This record gives sequence, structure tokens and C-alpha cells, in this order.
Amino acid sequence: MSGFLVRRLATILPTLLFVTILVFGLQQLLPGDPAVALSGEDRDPSVIAYLHQKMHLDDPLPVRYGYWLRDLAHGDFGESIRIQQPVLGLILEKLPVTAQLASMAILIAIVIGVSAGIVSAVKKDSIWDYGANLFALWGLSTPNFWLGIMLILLVAVKLGWLPASGYVSPAEDLRANLAAMIMPAFVLGNSYAAVLMRHTRSAMLQVLNADYVRTARAKGLDERVVVLRHALRNALIPVITLGALSFGELLGGTVLTESVFTIPGFGKLIVDAVFNRDYAVVQGVVLFTATAYIVLNLLADLGYFLVNPRMRG
Amino acid sequence: MSATADIASVPRERSPAQRALRRLLRRRGALIGLALIVFFLLLAVAAPYLAPDDPLKTNFLLVRKPPSGLHLFGTDEIGRDVLSRVIWGARATLLAGLVSVTIAIGLGVPLGLVAGYVGRWFDMLISRLSDAMLACPPLILAIALAYTLGPSLSSAMIAIGVTYTPIFVRLTRAQVLAVKVEDYIEAARAVGNSHLRIAVRHVLPNVIPPLLVQATVSIATAIIAEASLSFLGLGQQPPAPSWGSMLNVAKNYIDNAPWMAVWPGLSIFLVVMSFNLLGDGLRDALDPRHR
Amino acid sequence: MHLKSWVSRIGFALGVVVGLAASAHAQTLRIGLAEDPDVLDPTQARTFVGRIVFAAMCDKLVDIDENLKIVPQLATSWEWSADNKALTMKLRQGVTFQDGEPFNAEAVKFNIERHKTMQGSNRKAELALVTGVDVIDPSTVRLDLSAPFAPLLATLADRAGMMVSPKAAQAAGDKFGAQPVCSGPFKFAERVAQDRIVLEKYPGYWNKDAIHFDKVIYLPVVDNTVRLANLQSGQLDFIERLGTSDVQGVERDSRLKIAKIVGLGYQGIDFNVGKSDIAKTTVLRDPRVREAFSLSLDRDAIVQVAMDGQAVAGDQWVPPNSPFFAKNVPVPKRDVAKAKALLKEAGVTNPSFTLMTPTTNEAQKLGQVVQAMASEAGFNIKLQSTEFATSLNLADKGEFEAYILEWSGRADPDGNLYNFLACGAPINYTGYCQPEAEQLLKAQRTTLDAAERQQMFDKIAAREAADLPIVYLYNRYWLWAYNKKLTGVREVPDALLRVQGLKME
Repeated sequence: MSGFLVRRLATILPTLLFVTILVFGLQQLLPGDPAVALSGEDRDPSVIAYLHQKMHLDDPLPVRYGYWLRDLAHGDFGESIRIQQPVLGLILEKLPVTAQLASMAILIAIVIGVSAGIVSAVKKDSIWDYGANLFALWGLSTPNFWLGIMLILLVAVKLGWLPASGYVSPAEDLRANLAAMIMPAFVLGNSYAAVLMRHTRSAMLQVLNADYVRTARAKGLDERVVVLRHALRNALIPVITLGALSFGELLGGTVLTESVFTIPGFGKLIVDAVFNRDYAVVQGVVLFTATAYIVLNLLADLGYFLVNPRMRG
Repeated sequence: MSATADIASVPRERSPAQRALRRLLRRRGALIGLALIVFFLLLAVAAPYLAPDDPLKTNFLLVRKPPSGLHLFGTDEIGRDVLSRVIWGARATLLAGLVSVTIAIGLGVPLGLVAGYVGRWFDMLISRLSDAMLACPPLILAIALAYTLGPSLSSAMIAIGVTYTPIFVRLTRAQVLAVKVEDYIEAARAVGNSHLRIAVRHVLPNVIPPLLVQATVSIATAIIAEASLSFLGLGQQPPAPSWGSMLNVAKNYIDNAPWMAVWPGLSIFLVVMSFNLLGDGLRDALDPRHR
Repeated sequence: MHLKSWVSRIGFALGVVVGLAASAHAQTLRIGLAEDPDVLDPTQARTFVGRIVFAAMCDKLVDIDENLKIVPQLATSWEWSADNKALTMKLRQGVTFQDGEPFNAEAVKFNIERHKTMQGSNRKAELALVTGVDVIDPSTVRLDLSAPFAPLLATLADRAGMMVSPKAAQAAGDKFGAQPVCSGPFKFAERVAQDRIVLEKYPGYWNKDAIHFDKVIYLPVVDNTVRLANLQSGQLDFIERLGTSDVQGVERDSRLKIAKIVGLGYQGIDFNVGKSDIAKTTVLRDPRVREAFSLSLDRDAIVQVAMDGQAVAGDQWVPPNSPFFAKNVPVPKRDVAKAKALLKEAGVTNPSFTLMTPTTNEAQKLGQVVQAMASEAGFNIKLQSTEFATSLNLADKGEFEAYILEWSGRADPDGNLYNFLACGAPINYTGYCQPEAEQLLKAQRTTLDAAERQQMFDKIAAREAADLPIVYLYNRYWLWAYNKKLTGVREVPDALLRVQGLKME
């Protein structure tokens, strides 16, 4: 187990390096001269020339990657060319926002998704099962931007219960912060709940028929104990995988939902950066989100061992 | 069903596939799902004969008109018949959903199977590669692909398929890891079965249920992703319709033309539902323990 | 029953939260922007949306009024020399920058030189003809030009005329945009990228009697529907760029008011007539095909369908109501028969070409409307939606046949004209270069006499209509929606909200 952990930890750095090379390379595949994209409406040639020089755009690709890596080694993530702020500052500014939104969303997703999945598996082919499935399918087939706008029109405009969009820092005003975050978190959580519900249901059905669960039942154990202690435990493998993937995805920022609710998180940051070819921002954010992803996947792998001790072999 | 009838209709031994098919057809939900999928496939194939109107024909005097006898589903923002666009849109939408998920499964499942089964350095390599791909913003991949492959529906399907691959890799691998240590695998190995045989005959069937769920779930997200990509110039190009792009445009008129959203939205819902119902049925039918 | 009471209880609790939040910003003006502005340094800034923020933060030497007339701001009067190669300006006295530094002729000299020399300055081209700035006395300054330049005053009514504190600018270097210091009514307080820009009242403002708010907060809310929802639910007091399809709804809403400003810009379609080799092979190389295309379009219907009526049909770089509109080239009526005849004459009855279309909802709609209309004359147009940076790249390299392009507009027509049609100009995507037009384009810049200059515009318009490198379609209304209690909203054609005189009743 500890050997496994050490080996896995040792791969984090090379993986990160690989991610940054991948993203750096892909960005160069993107059409569009960043200097032209950033030079604005007037596209003054002298400005373009200046940006070329400032961003080392005329150097070969490996050299530019080298520059970036060298600065990074000195703790310098570079600067957003578009708004001229240090990338690290931008990331630290957005990180708590995205982390809060992602946590709230995944919490909602797990609470709704896993419990609905259990209920619909245990009460298979009952009205509960159908209801939970209908809910899940609705969550899956409703695009986030769509649900978001509908909720804003209903809850903010028609009912006037919550602010339509925007973000308030929890340090400034916790209640206003929650009021602003609850709708986007629900919209996000709703779509992931659907996926988790489907997986929980399927995995539960699979294990509910497994021998050891039958044995447990035969021993006369209370059905609740059977379901929660014996079945759920083993049903969790795909749920953990998906949960980790979803959380990683959420930490990477959720473009459409953040756009609709004007939440200043990673999603908006990176999309604007990609569209404006603001390379330093893209690189910096990807480095952060990739780290999150890798750590989460490592945790997921550890999670397998926890729920199924036999996998430690 | 009486025992004699059973024997009469099915004389001797049946192959597992036949048994699975029979189990599938016994499930009402799966049948409804299958029927709906066939319906939408027919819609897509026979669109030229079924659509009451040309899906591209504009009428600037009938812009954003609510459903009426003339236009059963209403008209859109430049006066096109929404019903006809929904019918024609089935083509791009079903293609986007099915092909991209097929690509993701075709690439992801074998990789995950081998990674989980072989383990060691190969597992490390594949897992880290999929980590790296998951960590890369899909938007960058999409725009880069759009430029290299040229803007078309097929490049959108490739882009979606490639971005979805790591999910299937990880799911398959996790399930393989769990199954690999089960007693019957050990037994199969002890009896001297080849690795390939064990992987295909014993491991794969156990991996299928979560994959089926993920596949049916992914079809839904792929359909919606196609809409976002067409907006970036990667998917179905305007004015040709797809349900996702219709919904994308309709969001600007939620207040004053809700019917523009209702029909493509409902169609997406139904297709997603039918694939999931069918997936459930398949899952049950293929589960050897489940009768 | 139970459920109902719970819902209402939660609703009540939330209502209290929101209600408390609303009362806290009574003296704050909250403005919804359609995009997040770029860097807040007048020298380096380059977006339309950034100019909206500058309007509250940075005063300019001169301003324009509702009728496009140049009016005093930091300069109280000005005078051209006899040869029109020097502009002497009298400066307002007693003006201070937001850091307390005095505004004077030295500051003007510093600013113009900063615009002209700073690396990455976007003002260089606008001030290219200014050769030097002479301080005559502390409140008089003279701009020397290498040649007469008619658009100069209009240029000084925009970012090139914005004055920043020399002391702050020297201290901050190229980081000035993070902490800008100007002489306008509101000073920079805070910026959270993609979330908000907060400005606070500057107590030392020279015209402080016209200021009735303590704070102005600009919030970028990208989605049209959501921006409007914020206005309707009271989180915003004012939004710019209302969606065209939402106009009717806002007009019905008794709590809101709407402003429709005929903008300075235009919507057009650029043809590649000489930018690259594609210009030699495209079916559009024949001017008759371009004219047929233009004739196949019903501009009034385009305005009705693509813009929900929120624009004026046009055929020039300025709107038909502009004093600079060339009346000798009226907006053409649709004539499909003539378009077909022209195509027949050109020997291509079914010309097909690709139209590069930006990914905005409006552009997509316009592309599809144009496609449908032109098809009635025999055109076969393929739309290619192209993401912003890619489209710029393709346009720059000339890898397109036709390109849907919108220009936000400048107060002086030269800003809508010269850089698009002059040989080799930076945003001349069409590659148009025609000797007669070139000579006129240059001459109008050096002609200060309005009547004489208008004659040149008339000739350029006729030339352009014959060559058609750009088919102009319409000039949009800038749509604002705001709380009815907000008074003093001035509808200046540059569509930048002036905060002076704004008041919440």
C-alpha cells in the first residue's frame, strides 16, 4: 500500500510536466495570432510587433516553453496580457470561488444522486424507481445554461427570492454569498446527480444479486443493514471514479454555468483566455486544475482499496 | 408461461446471446426505449418524406410565430418551420450522440481493459495519459481540432469522442481492478485459461454494466456538446439544424418564443430517456446472475 | 399544505436577505456591461466596453454632444492656426487629478507624448500626425501637426484625449492600468477580473455638482437574458446592449425605461477584393456579382428580422441620419430581377461563396437571413461560423471570400472609413486599393472645411458603391435599459454613458 502510494506520488510531477507540454503544444495548434487577437479593434501594427516581442512569439516553440518553465521555477506564472494582471494573483482570486461552487455542487450531486440511486435500485420497478429515473433523465437532458436561465427567470425575476446572478465573497457577507451560490450549485449538482444516480442504481443492482449479499440476507440481517453496509460498499467503485472525475471537472471550472450566473471562477477565466489567446493564463490555470485532477484520481484509486480491501493485492 | 410451451418453442440449448436477447425483449421499459429509438432513427432516415416543409425555407413575415395549423410547432427566429427542423435535426443529433460515444468506447474500453488487467508500467502510462487528457481544457482541444480537421459535423464527433475517451478508460480500469481479484477469475487462471480469454470471457462481462450506464449517459451530454461546438464553428454548420443548436438559439427567446425550445428540448429528453431505458434493459439482460 | 408553508418560509427568509442587500447600495449606481473590459489604461485600451468605464473615470480634452458637436471638457476653447497645422487649446483651470496632482499644460504634453511613445500604445496611429506639443503657459498648449488633420478634435474626444496623472503614470510604468489615476468624476477603487470594477466619487472633481452618486460599480454580465433579469430584479440600475428581442418586453415594463441611440458604427460584409490570391479566384472578384449580391438584399427586412427592427437600414459607413451621410448614394431598394440580370451579364447565374460568420447570436442570424435572401437571386452561400480569434487570423491573412464584420464606430467618419478602405491600412481586410478612392481618402483628412470635406465624402461614397469592397447593411441602435427612477441619461451617439447629471429620484 505504501509502496503504491510512493510510486503514485512519484508520477505526479512527470504527469504535470506532460500536461503542460500538451496544453502548450495544443495552444500553438490553435489558429490565430495572440498578438492580433489582443491588439483590439484598431490592430495597430506597432502594437502587434510589440506584443510579439513581449510574448516571445517569434521564438521556436521549445524555447518558449523553456521560458515559461524557467519563470515558473522562480514562482512566476506570467502575466495576463489582456488585463495585465499577474496570473498567480488571478488564480488565487478565482480558486476559492470555484472551490466553493464545486464543493457545493458535488455535495448536492452526491446527496441527491446516490440516495436516489439506492432507492431506485432497492425499490426496482416501483413508482419510486420510475420517479427517480425520470428525474435523472430530466437532469441529463436539460442543458445547464437552459436550466440556469429558467431558474433565474423564475426565482429571481418572477418570485424575487434570490439575486439573478453575481458573486459576493463569503468574507464580505456569508448570507449574500450563499444566496448567490445556491442556484448555480443546484444547476451544476443537478446534472451530476443524474449521472451519479444512474451509476449508483446500476452498481447497486449488480451487487444486490451478488452471492455475499444473498448470504447476508440469508443470515437474516435487517435489509437496511444489508443495503447500506454490504451492498453499497461494493457498489461504490464506479461512483467513486465518477465522483472524482466530476469533482475534477467542476474544479476545472464550469464555463456555461459560470457564464450564465456570472460567477467569476476558473471556467470564465480559462474560456476568455482561450478565446483571447491569453496563453499565460491558460497555462497557469491548467497547471492548477491538472494538479487537482491528478490528486483526485489518486484519491479515487485509494478509495477503491478502502471500499474493497481485497484489491490491495 | 408453461414449461411445455417453453420447451416447444426453444428446443435445445440456446447461446448466451440468444438468452440475453430474450431477456431483453421481456422487459417493457427496454421495449419502449427500443421503439422510441427506432422511431427517431426512422425520423432521421425518412426526414425528406416526413417533414411538412423545407427546414431551411425562411419566411420573414412569419418570424417567431406560435404553433398554429400552418406550423404545428411554430416558427423560429427567421421564420422557419420548427417541426421540419426537429425532424431533420434528428439526423445530426443522433449521429453526434452515437458516433462520438462509439469512438470513445472503441478507444477507451480496450485501453482500460488492458491497463487494469496487465497493470504495472502499462497501467501507469495509460492512467497518467488519461489524467493528462482530462486535465486539458476540452475547449482548446475542440478549437485545435476544428482548425486542423476543418469545420464539420464529423470533426465535432471526433472531438467529443476523444474528450470522452479517458472517462471510459478510467471506468473500465476501475471495474477491472475490482473484478480481477474475484475468486472465479483466480479459478479461471488456475485452470490454465489464457489471459486474452480471461479478459474477454470473464472480466469484460463484469465491466459492462457501468459502461452501459456511462454510454447512455454520455449520449445525452454528447448531444448537448455538439450544440456548443457548432457554435464555435465545429459542429453542424448553420442553417442546417440539430436539436442542440436549435436549443442554443432558443435560449435567447425564452421569454417571447418558448416553443422554439420546447420541441427540440423534448426530443432530446425522449432520445436520452430511450437510450437509458434500453441501457437498463441490456444491463439486466447481460447480467448473468440476474434472471 | 406542509410543503407550501415551507416554500413560503424559505422564500421569506431569502427575501429578507435580498432586501437587506438592496438597501445598502442606495447611493451606488450599478451598471451591467455586456463584456469584461480590457486593461484600464487609456493609452493601451482597445475595446468598446472599456470606453464605457473610462467615461466615468477619465475626462478628455473635449467631448462630443448628442449632435456630434465637439464641446469643451478639460479644454475650454481651441483654435486652429491659419495653415491648419497647429491647434492651440485653452485649458480649464483648477482641475486636479484624482491623486491631487494639478492638471495643466505640462500634463497635456506628458499625456500626448505618452500616447505617442509608450510601448504597446494603441493611440499611436490616431496621433501619428501630431509632431510635438508646446507648453505656451500653464493653461495653454499647442499641438503641432505635420499636416492638417480633420479628425483630430474627434480623436481628442476619445481615449487619445484622456488625461492621466503624470506622477502616477510615471510611478506605475506599464502597470498603470491596474491602478489608473485620471481627472474624471469617479476614481478607480477596485477591480475583480470578470466580476466587477468599482469606482468611487472623487471629491475634488471640478464639476462635482453634477455628480449624484457615491459609487459606480460596473458588472460584466455576458448573457443578454441574465443581464436583463438582473435589471428586472433590481440588482442593476442600468444595462447596456439590451437584446433586440427583449425590447418589446422592456417597453411593456412600467418600472423600466429604454434608450435607443443610433450608433456611430455599421454592420457590413467585407469582400476579399485584393487581400490575397483568393481575391483572384473567388466568384466575387467581379464587381457585378458584388452589386448583384447587394441588390438581392432587402435591407429593411434584414433590420426587421435580424435586428427585430432595432437598427436603421444603411449603405454607408455612417447612418442615414448622420450629417456626414452622402445623399447622392441613397440606400438601394431590393431588386432581384436586376440582380439576376447582373449575374447573367457576368456569366455566373449561380455563384457560390463562403461567408465567414462570427459566433454571436446576432451575426449567425444575420448570416442565415442574408443567405436566404441572396439565394432568391441565385446565390449559393455557405456559412462558416468562426470563433473570434480564428476569424481575425483568417481575415488578416486574407483566407476568406466574404466576412461579416461589425464596427463600433467613431465620432469622426474618418474613423469608420480610412482604416478600412485605404491601401494597406491595418484593418483593411478587403485589400481594397483604388487610386481615386485613395486620393480622396487622404484629402478628406487634411480638409477642415466641412462643406468641402462633405463633397469628398460624397465622391468616396459613389466610388465605394461602384466598387463595393464592403456591402453596408445597417447601423444598429445601441439599446440601453434602465430603472425609470434614473434621470439625466444623455443619449450621446458614441453610446458611452455620461455619469454627469445622472440622478436616482
